[in-house]
Order: sequence, then C-alpha cells, then structure tokens
Amino acid sequence: MAVSQTSFTDAIFDPTAPRPDGLSDGQGQAAGRRFDVYRNNVIASLTEALQAAFPVIEKLVGEANFKVLAGDFVRAHPPSSPLMMFYGAELPIFLKSYGPVSSIQYLPDVARLETAIRESYHEGDAVPADPAVFGSLSPEALMASRLTLVPSARLVRSAWPIHAIWRFNREDGAPKPEMTPQDVLIVRPNLDPQPLLLPAGGGTFVARLLARDTLRDALDAAAQEFGDFDLTQTLTLLISNAAILDIGDTT
Amino acid sequence: MLDAQNHRHTDLPNAPGVGYKAKHFSDLLEAPGDVAWLEVHAENYMGAGGRPIAQLAHLAELFPISVHGVGLSIGAEGRLDPEHLARLKKLCAWVKPASFSEHLAWSTHDTSFLNDLLPLPYTEATLTRVADHIDEVQEVVGRRMLLENPSSYLAFDESTLSETEFLEALAKRTGCGLLLDVNNVFISATNLNMDAKSYIDSFPLQHVGEMHLGGHDEDEDDHGAPLLIDSHGAEVANPVWELYGYTIAKAGPRPTLIEWDTDVPDWPVLRAEAAQAARYLQPAHV
Amino acid sequence: MQTPYYKQAARYAWPNREKETNMAIDPKSIAVAGAVAAALTASMTTTVHAQAKEKCYGVSLAGENDCAAGAGTTCAGTSTVDYQGNAWTLVDTGTCSEIDLPAMADGTAREGSLEELDRDLPA
Repeated sequence: MAVSQTSFTDAIFDPTAPRPDGLSDGQGQAAGRRFDVYRNNVIASLTEALQAAFPVIEKLVGEANFKVLAGDFVRAHPPSSPLMMFYGAELPIFLKSYGPVSSIQYLPDVARLETAIRESYHEGDAVPADPAVFGSLSPEALMASRLTLVPSARLVRSAWPIHAIWRFNREDGAPKPEMTPQDVLIVRPNLDPQPLLLPAGGGTFVARLLARDTLRDALDAAAQEFGDFDLTQTLTLLISNAAILDIGDTT
Repeated sequence: MLDAQNHRHTDLPNAPGVGYKAKHFSDLLEAPGDVAWLEVHAENYMGAGGRPIAQLAHLAELFPISVHGVGLSIGAEGRLDPEHLARLKKLCAWVKPASFSEHLAWSTHDTSFLNDLLPLPYTEATLTRVADHIDEVQEVVGRRMLLENPSSYLAFDESTLSETEFLEALAKRTGCGLLLDVNNVFISATNLNMDAKSYIDSFPLQHVGEMHLGGHDEDEDDHGAPLLIDSHGAEVANPVWELYGYTIAKAGPRPTLIEWDTDVPDWPVLRAEAAQAARYLQPAHV
Repeated sequence: MQTPYYKQAARYAWPNREKETNMAIDPKSIAVAGAVAAALTASMTTTVHAQAKEKCYGVSLAGENDCAAGAGTTCAGTSTVDYQGNAWTLVDTGTCSEIDLPAMADGTAREGSLEELDRDLPA
C-alpha cells in the first residue's frame, strides 16, 4: 500500500501512533524501529536548533528539562520555514503557559532577548550615519530630526532584570540579578550582537526613535518617565556602537 | 574509465572539498592543505546579512563554492515553496557557485518543515512529480542542478523501480546531474541488505558531477540486523574509502566532498580526511 | 520629581560654532545640542573600529541547517514519555534555582522554582 507523506508526518510527531504500514527492511519484514530513525532525527535536530538559539533558557531550566520542553514545543510549533536560523520565534509565548515553567515569569522575556540577539545576528548590513552630521545641525534642526537606527538594532523591554539574568548565565563571575526592570538595546557594531543595558528612560527614548518620533518627542517621553534621563549616555551608546543609520535632518 | 562529458553540470575541480564550518574559518585560510573548494548549506546563508554572509562573500573570492540545499523538499507531495525557490535563486545569483545541488528527499509537509531528509517510494508517479519539481528548480534558479542519492533506513513496499533506475530516469528527463554520496550508498546497501558495488555498477556514473564522503554511526534494527545512521560525525569508514576507490576507478576522478556536521573536529582532522581523498584522486591511483 | 534634562544645560559645554550666538534658540534645544556634543566626544574614544578582514572571524551564533542524521540514533525522540512534561526533573533545575527575585507588584507568586507538570500519561 502507498504511504502518504501525511501519515509519515503524523507518525513522526506522535510517538504513540503506530508506524505506517507499507515500510519494510527491504527483505519483507516490517520496518519497525527503522522508522524511529526519522522520528529521532526530526525531534533531535529541531531540539538542537532550539538549544543553539536559546542557550540562556537552557541554562536556566537545565539541559534535561530543556530537552523535555523543546520536545513539547517542537510538536506544538513545528517550523513553518526551512530556515533553522529563525526557528523558535514562538518560544517566548509558549513559555508563558508551559506548565513546568509558567511560574518563572521572567523566562518569556529572556527568551525574547535571545530571539532578538539572533535576529540581530542575521540582519542586513548597513553603513551607519557619520556622527559628524550631528555637529553640523542647528539646535532646532537637531530637535526636529528623526533618527533611524540600523536594521540590526533591537530593543527588548522588560519588567524583569533580563540583562542581569542574561549576563549571569553567559559570563563567569557576573553578579546575581537584583529585582529591577531592564530595557536592553542590542547593537551589532562588529558582526557580534551585544546586548547593552539602557539607562533609566533609555528604553522609552529608543522605543520612540524606533516609532519615528522626533528627537524632541523622544526626549520628552523619556524625561516624563525619568526626570533625570541622561541623553548623553544613551546617545553615546548609539553612536559608539554604530547603531544610527540616518540622522534624518529635515532642514 | 568514462570520457569526461559535460553533462555533470559542475565547475568544481576534480579535487577534495570540505563542508564549511564557521569554526574553521581562520584555520582554513591559513592552511587549506588539499582542500580546493568548499560546500555550504544554502539555508544557512539566507539571512539578510551579518557574519554568515560576510564570511561566504570572503570565501567565495578564494575558493570555488558548492551551494548544497538541504531544505527544498524536492520530493514533497505538495508544491515547491516559491519563497524558498526565490531565496535559492538570490543566493546562487550572488555567490555564483561552481555547483548547486539538492537531495532526493522531502522535508516539508503542508506547512511544517521537519528538518530531516525523508524517504520516497520509487514509482512512476513519484518519478513524474520529482522530475516536474527539478524542472521547476532549474527553471527558477536558472541553472542545472545536481541531485543527491539518499541514505535509506527502510524500503517502501510500493516501489517499482530501483533507486539507480529512478535517478537515471530523472537525469534523462530533466537534464540534471547527479551527486553520488558514496557513504549513503554504503549505508543504504548495508541497511537494505544489498551489494554496494552492484549499486555503483548500476549507477549512471556519466552524470555524476560530485561525490560525497562522510562518517556514519552503527546501530541495529529490531532483529539485530545492522542499521547504519548517516551521522556525519566521524571519519570516513574504511569500507567507504574502499567503495570510493572502486567508484573512482570506474568513473574517473570527481570533485569529492568530506562532510562532517556533528561533533565537528578541529581543522587538522578534517584536512587529513581531504588529504586522504586527494590520494584517491591522483592519476596513479585511478 | 527630579530636575528635567532641559534644565540642566550647565552640565554641557556648548561647542564653538557661529550659530550659538542666535538668541532665539530655546534653552531646551541648547541643552540637547550640548548633550549631543558630549556624546560625540565620548563616542570618539569608544567607537568600535573593525578591520574589514577581521569582521569575518568568529563562530556561528545560531542554529544551522545540515544534512546529517541527529545524534542518539534510534533512541531519543521516540519514547512515549521522554518528551512529555511528566518527564520534567526537579533534580536538574538549572540556574533559575539560584536566581531569587521578589514578587511582582500584582502580587503574583514569584518563585525561581519549577513545578512538576501534572498531565495524563500517553496510553
């Protein structure tokens, strides 16, 4: 009998399903566990893709637990694209309601951070703006300008100390995370994405830039959130990490 | 030995190449040894930019590149993904590879990508379908491709053609070349209790534009029969080298890739495998 | 309430330019221009300058496609229980057990611990 790719696929994702009929060892005996090679390859290779993508989540829950989690995720959200570099975009949402870890409320935000780092890694290349242009603008023109960030820049905002959690799991001797909201700007000055902790108000400021607000509106929003917002510090991060694509001088 | 005929559809040299891994980037540039060309998996270079693209652009100036797709799902019951075809076209347009190849397998069903090379029955119906898909690929990408023989762990009762008959018919219908993975031949022959040299004897060698060598794992089936797994995680096994020598003696030298994808070793180990292939490719050996 | 940034103009040195003499400029703009000038100065010493050649070096970050069969041959991924939540282990808890964060403002219990998933075993 003919084995359809539907029945082949269904049996791969459901380990309790019977193996499809019509498959053999080439000598008349049923394929048996030979079929399991495919079951294994699919689940194991997709699990490995998730391990590569979410090393901090794996460290947080432990390798054995991560594999359990990944197996459940793979069956709930098989890839919709052949590009493994982007597989797992739904993991942050999955973690929110995944029983064993749903009490670890920072986990989805850490997963969002890891997703953003990976996106940044593969984003398009761009020549950043010459910061000297800043110096040539009048103060009014500066306030009316709309800064565009490079494609590889990503902003991840969280009510949790995601930057500290990330560091704690990536750097030897990094301090234990203390409870504080953290906004992270991912930059890619040198092909390696760097998650940078933004100063207070910096998350709002960058979010407004990404929403194409003027520098004046972005500043007002940041200052409203945090009166002592330090524009110099945030701009220094953006300029020194080649994160500004265009200064958007409107004059 | 067969005369060199240009229906192999490759500009790769008759020399060893290796599957490129980012961890080997600097070692490879400093001491390539016998490695004369590189193969990359197409899907890893379909991002918009960043390091993978920068590395490939750099390497493509130094080495002939073989673009080897692992995700097109040419054997799928459904239609080929037009977005993925467009990505392949774009990649080949800028890399200008010396060779472009894909697998006789399927990996996408409906909207799910399974990230594995899944097997096909060899029937007239699947032959027509795969041939149509190859025609479409060659049309869109704008060049001839090579199609690789799979490693088999099981057989389909419904098959009416042998694998070599199936591949030969595809090459004739579509004009595509073939990529002969000698390790896959050894794995399939062992797993399905066939004679590997008979498989080579029946293979349309005049269409072979490239060969693959790689390592495999050993397991067994429910009845204790050997079941080899195409792990690409070890040195090429001795009987595979022997089968390669047998094939080269019949077909003449061909561009030959060493594949090592899991537990990737340090560069000198991979380079030594390429050096071993180079010894087989020397005229004295052939 | 802390002093808004635009009232802190004294912090910043205004660069020597012709336009600075224009009395119509509002003080907020001047403060911002000063902040921008300070950022320019600061970034001159910290900007990452990569040599084109060196830009290529470095290992791959994300998962990649390949055409190899997965590790573990026929065992992993086929068990009826290995990939179900009831296989969750409390022994291997990972680093989240070391992270101790207080409760959220909404009063949600917040423990860096893992809960065993209670669900039906497959038949």
